[in-house]
Amino acid sequence: MSTFLGMPAPPPRPPPGTGNLRGDQAFPRAAHDELGNDQLRRNLGRATSTIRAKRLHVTGELPDWEALRDAGSAIKTDTMNRLPELLEQLERKVTERGGTVHWARDAAEANEIVARLVKATGSDEVVKVKSMATQEIGLNEHLESVGITPYETDLAELIVQLAHDKPSHILVPAIHRNRDEIRQIFLDRIPGVDPELDNVPAHLAAAARGYLREKFLTAKVAVSGANFGIAETGTLAVVESEGNGRMCLTLPDTLITVMGIEKVLPRYQDLEVFLQLLPRSSTGERMNPYTSLWTGVTPGDGPRDFHLVLLDNGRTAALADTIGRAALNCIRCSACLNVCPVYERTGGHAYGSTYPGPIGAVLTPQLAGMHAAKDDPNSSLPYASSLCGACFDACPVKIDIPSLLVELRHQHTEQTGVTTEKLAMKAAAAVMRRPGLYTTAQKASGLGRVVAGRDGTISRLPPPFSGWSDSRDTAAPPRETFRSWFASDEGRAALRAAATEANSARAEENSDHDEKDAT
Amino acid sequence: MNSARDTVLGRIRDALALAPTPAVAVPRDHRTGRVLPDDERLALFTDRLLDYKAGVHPCTADRTADIVGEVLREHGVRRVGVPAGLDGRWLDGYEGEVRQDDADVSPSQLDALDAVVTASAAGCAETGTIFLDGSPGQGRRALSLVPDLHVCVVDLSTVEAGVPEAVARLVPERPTTLISGPSATSDIELERVEGVHGPRTLVVVIRTDA
Repeated sequence: MSTFLGMPAPPPRPPPGTGNLRGDQAFPRAAHDELGNDQLRRNLGRATSTIRAKRLHVTGELPDWEALRDAGSAIKTDTMNRLPELLEQLERKVTERGGTVHWARDAAEANEIVARLVKATGSDEVVKVKSMATQEIGLNEHLESVGITPYETDLAELIVQLAHDKPSHILVPAIHRNRDEIRQIFLDRIPGVDPELDNVPAHLAAAARGYLREKFLTAKVAVSGANFGIAETGTLAVVESEGNGRMCLTLPDTLITVMGIEKVLPRYQDLEVFLQLLPRSSTGERMNPYTSLWTGVTPGDGPRDFHLVLLDNGRTAALADTIGRAALNCIRCSACLNVCPVYERTGGHAYGSTYPGPIGAVLTPQLAGMHAAKDDPNSSLPYASSLCGACFDACPVKIDIPSLLVELRHQHTEQTGVTTEKLAMKAAAAVMRRPGLYTTAQKASGLGRVVAGRDGTISRLPPPFSGWSDSRDTAAPPRETFRSWFASDEGRAALRAAATEANSARAEENSDHDEKDAT
Repeated sequence: MNSARDTVLGRIRDALALAPTPAVAVPRDHRTGRVLPDDERLALFTDRLLDYKAGVHPCTADRTADIVGEVLREHGVRRVGVPAGLDGRWLDGYEGEVRQDDADVSPSQLDALDAVVTASAAGCAETGTIFLDGSPGQGRRALSLVPDLHVCVVDLSTVEAGVPEAVARLVPERPTTLISGPSATSDIELERVEGVHGPRTLVVVIRTDA
């Protein structure tokens, strides 16, 4: 593909097939299964209510929280506007400091680069720091396919990996598991684990420590993501809690970091904003236990070989959308997941993407596209929301997620052309313009009672209306419409009674006033 | 065929040309340059560290060796690692084995240490954060990571009120670690548990007159 000067071409979405940006089934279908899982809903309800309370407490204690959000939002918008120069600056600085920078157009290319770099070290295993970017591109699956064993070292990622499960939350990928389930996974899957292991979280954490200790001390290669990359200095940042990040970033000889191109920040000083926004929004702590900042290679301290892989994988396609572009400002704190009434009930798996919840519902279609004609599960994601707006309020960089969802719904409708819904709306408009026809239609709607079950709801309609009833129950139409009740003797009597009541109330009020005036 | 680099940069330029947005001015109205008196910074810093379940020992500089010795004894430490450049007198109150770190010490050898004693580059009171940057007395990053007990000496004069003031003290090119309490996880039911892969115990000796 070539680009001619003066003729910008819309950047392509990554080819499907690699990575984890598309589920197997549409959201309503997937959510339907998840909603049947009582254990999942109890686990999620408990965890999200805990974290919501903590977040409100620590964001509330900063008098300049709103100013920090404004600064964070503007820094991100400014970054997107100046992305080419900032990335070139980052590349130059990292290279000057002894690092090597690679560019990847899509998931497949990034996977190949990482696998090649690992093979060049002679190692057949890597330790991994939790990273959304490597989840997104399906790096673990690719490494395994070429004979390299990846070891996830974040506790939640380890739980997910051991259980051959999928992550369901940005911050806590195993949020759908409770302590009893985690205990069982460890008993079943960690070789040599104490068979007396109980479900106390501290003991479970200790079991993970014991299991991974030897790996950390002997690993030759680590793979990480990055929370921030500073263009001005070439500094990269990983924000974490357990120390597994520090282990991976410090002990092995070779470090490979995969970073989405949107993670760059212009200045080192910008950290003063994001190191306040991120921990308070994500774990609800004033500061996360550990943050590592490194710039290229430092002789005698940490890896001798550092590689930075800059990843596109649909980010440039998102950037070409004036409205949708805001989704790239996300700093992956997961506050929007924790406040979302939809996420809290369905969990993360229903979204089918590495990025679940409200931000996932906008980011996933932005990155991977939605092919309406092909029944793409991604085209169901913009509808996985009640548009209540809690996500917008919680977002530390003020991404207006509800507006992005509405925009994506608009784009989806534009793509789909003529649908049953559109025809139905057209028919409704025609009927509503003619009162006589409207009354007749309303009378006919009483027939809906025939379809309703004993609980008074219609849960299944025949095609072509099944699309409507698939994801919602409809209350059966009432015996009588409001208009016909209003015109009946009973309606007129009720109206007269109400008028009389209102008149006497007004008279009483007036006499109250008179008394007050008299005193 | 274009290189991946040229392709990605070309795509970004195309995207920005297709969807141009006006330049934004970044508002920086959040609190910066705050100065708090010593006693307030000490109280805030201590409160935050205790909240993280770190040990806190405020003392005057002349008591450093006594306190460090006491802490190491209390935890039954027999072998302690120290970075090059650490003030040797800080260990005068300790009778066990002291090993000075260098780049040839392997991770497994670090794992055989019971504790590590380091200095620090800066602190942040509002978040209870300590900054290490690999300067003399602080050591390479692996040293303050692998041993299970980290005793960190912090001079109150280097503890700033908030995050912006502390970040302003940092030297970007130095490998920098921000430490806020012992290692912890919230991965099980989003409940915080102290003690995972990093040091499970953090003890901070705050020198109030240094």
